Amino acid sequence: MAIRERLSGNEAMAVAMRQINPDVVAAFPITPSTEIPQYFSQFVSNGEVDTEFVAVESEHSAMSACIGAAAAGARAMTATSANGLALMWEMLYIAASSRLPITMSCVNRALSGPINIHNDHSDSMGARDSGWIQLYSENNQEAYDNLLQALRIGEHEDVMLPVMVCQDGFITSHAVENIELLEDDKVKGFVGEYEPDHYMMNPKEPIGVGPLDLPAYYFEHKRQQAEAIKRSKKVIMDVAKEYEKLTGRSYGYFEEYKLNDAEIAIVIINSTAGTAKTVVDKLRDNGIKAGLLKIRVFRPFPAEEITAALKNVKAIAVMDKAESFSAVGGPLFTEIKAALYGVADGINIINYIYGLGGRDVRSDDIELVYNALLEIQKTGKTGETYRYVGVRE
Amino acid sequence: MCAGCGAPVAVRAILRALEPEDQVVCGAATGCLEVSTFLYPFTAWKDSFIHSAFENVGATISGAEAAYAAWNRKGKTTGNYKFIAFGGDGGTYDIGIQSLSGAMERGHDMVYVCYDNEAYMNTGIQRSSSTPKYADTTTSPQGTAVPGKQQYKKDLTQVMAAHNIPYVAQTTLTQNFKDIHEKSEKAIYKKGPAFLNVLAPCPRGWRYDTPDLMLICKLAMDTCIWPIFEVEDGVWKLNYKPKKKLPVEDYLKRQGRFKHLFNKENEHLIEELQRDVDKKWDDLLRRCGEA
Ligand SMILES: Cc1ncc(C[n+]2csc(CCOP(=O)(O)OP(=O)(O)O)c2C)c(N)n1
Repeated sequence: MAIRERLSGNEAMAVAMRQINPDVVAAFPITPSTEIPQYFSQFVSNGEVDTEFVAVESEHSAMSACIGAAAAGARAMTATSANGLALMWEMLYIAASSRLPITMSCVNRALSGPINIHNDHSDSMGARDSGWIQLYSENNQEAYDNLLQALRIGEHEDVMLPVMVCQDGFITSHAVENIELLEDDKVKGFVGEYEPDHYMMNPKEPIGVGPLDLPAYYFEHKRQQAEAIKRSKKVIMDVAKEYEKLTGRSYGYFEEYKLNDAEIAIVIINSTAGTAKTVVDKLRDNGIKAGLLKIRVFRPFPAEEITAALKNVKAIAVMDKAESFSAVGGPLFTEIKAALYGVADGINIINYIYGLGGRDVRSDDIELVYNALLEIQKTGKTGETYRYVGVRE
Repeated sequence: MCAGCGAPVAVRAILRALEPEDQVVCGAATGCLEVSTFLYPFTAWKDSFIHSAFENVGATISGAEAAYAAWNRKGKTTGNYKFIAFGGDGGTYDIGIQSLSGAMERGHDMVYVCYDNEAYMNTGIQRSSSTPKYADTTTSPQGTAVPGKQQYKKDLTQVMAAHNIPYVAQTTLTQNFKDIHEKSEKAIYKKGPAFLNVLAPCPRGWRYDTPDLMLICKLAMDTCIWPIFEVEDGVWKLNYKPKKKLPVEDYLKRQGRFKHLFNKENEHLIEELQRDVDKKWDDLLRRCGEA
């Protein structure tokens, strides 16, 4: 029987890590992810795990230590947010290119500057091209489920890539909610042991990691890395199916909420999907065919599947909780637009930047977005595509 | 690597201290050593080796050591593993000092070796905080107004000794490698973190005749510019006292990076360097109970 608990998002991550019992956890405190290493180090101090907890002096060293540990053959995990993730930036790429399946809890927080501790997605969106698989979570349950699946995805022999599991800082990391946990032995059975083919602490076959890789080979290695993340798409679905058998909870690349017959829809990431779903329900009660697509997997980007899910919608608003300063829209918007181009043309699509730096996003704000979509559907005119909601102009 | 380079000689001398039945995981910071020993698809390393970036070999190797500790706890290890990080002075005194300090403070059972060639050689001889005063480098060039680097060399060995770790030592490549061998043995086999600072001359950066490698090392010792000492469990010990302390000129004049100091108008600079060496040597003698 599954265990019914009440946990915050951070507790859920720490509990999952206790159940996983990784070899090495190297982490550095930063709000709002600090509680994860705090809870976890208590598990270490209480002898509840065999993990070596490395209380590093920076996030750069956290990722470096994870790289050293993973290359040695160990299962290595970390947690961070915002500036911590930014400080890791150099090492994120090295972890991915060295094909080391490190797992990270990324508790999303606005990236400085100006410094701000509250939620938006500028941190993980900034790392979107680092070669990490990115899974996003609406709530504590999804964060927990994603973290358990992350190991299986990243460590799969067809993949061998690091994975970050993102959730919204404070909004879910600090909110205590009902959650269903797996029993420890079931987690153990599901995640299994990490057994890489090649690793440094194998006396029978010493290896080298991280060579100087000049024009004669670098390109092929990048090509292989690109193939690996493509292959991860299948693995993500296979792991989700297996997880569903175990838990009854089903996961895909994204969640479709009343999207089947929807004429207007928004695309959104993480906790605001919860707010948006209540708005969809309300609109549906009024006979408006509103729907929602919530991204779970942003890297690899499931372009084809998203296009198939959105192709019959008349007007779409893509919600970005991050700026990209491209002057044409947020990161999710440009990806979705590119996905639709040439495959599902003629859909009116707009972008809203929302909630930066933890600005509250209320159901009114989401209603405003759906109303704009209704207007576009009626007039057939998209107007300005790069819009903001909830900001003082 | 270049003919007459001290770095590979130092690495070999250190790894020779490893018992044949033991395994080692080595790491290197980005720099001359790394780029010339591990160029895909070749490697000069027989043992497992990792390079990840420039400023983080301390943290990287500390992670590998942490994995070993966890595997020991889980009963998963096969073999007796040692962990050695190598970094140039740029990767150690400068950009990597935080990662080094953190790894040593946390107490990992590892050795950090700085092969100190006193500049960023891999990128073309730029000054580091380890470059000696008045040396001519490409970012502290001697010119008509400024006679080379304006700052003294950072005393990193003392900084590391202040970490109160079990073993800190300074050495170079002389005396038939006896000193470096003994220190490497201690560093590798003494439990806990150890730091070795090895003066490793660079023929291109220092501009000496390549066959003079060992002579340059010997002169660094005999002028007391690079004293040979160790700090074991907090006890400072001088390992080499020249029978006759040579003037700093003997060391400086063999290296092109100091050539400008021998211009008539720069004589006082050599005197200044001599005074500095004398003072630091006296301080060290006192610390080691030799004065
Ligand atoms: C973050 C970062 N900054 C700069 C560099 C460029 N870089 C590579 S090696 C190097 C200098 C290495 O100097 P040192 O550590 O003294 O080793 P050496 O090459 O002299 O052996 C520099 C500046 C880099 N690789 N990474």
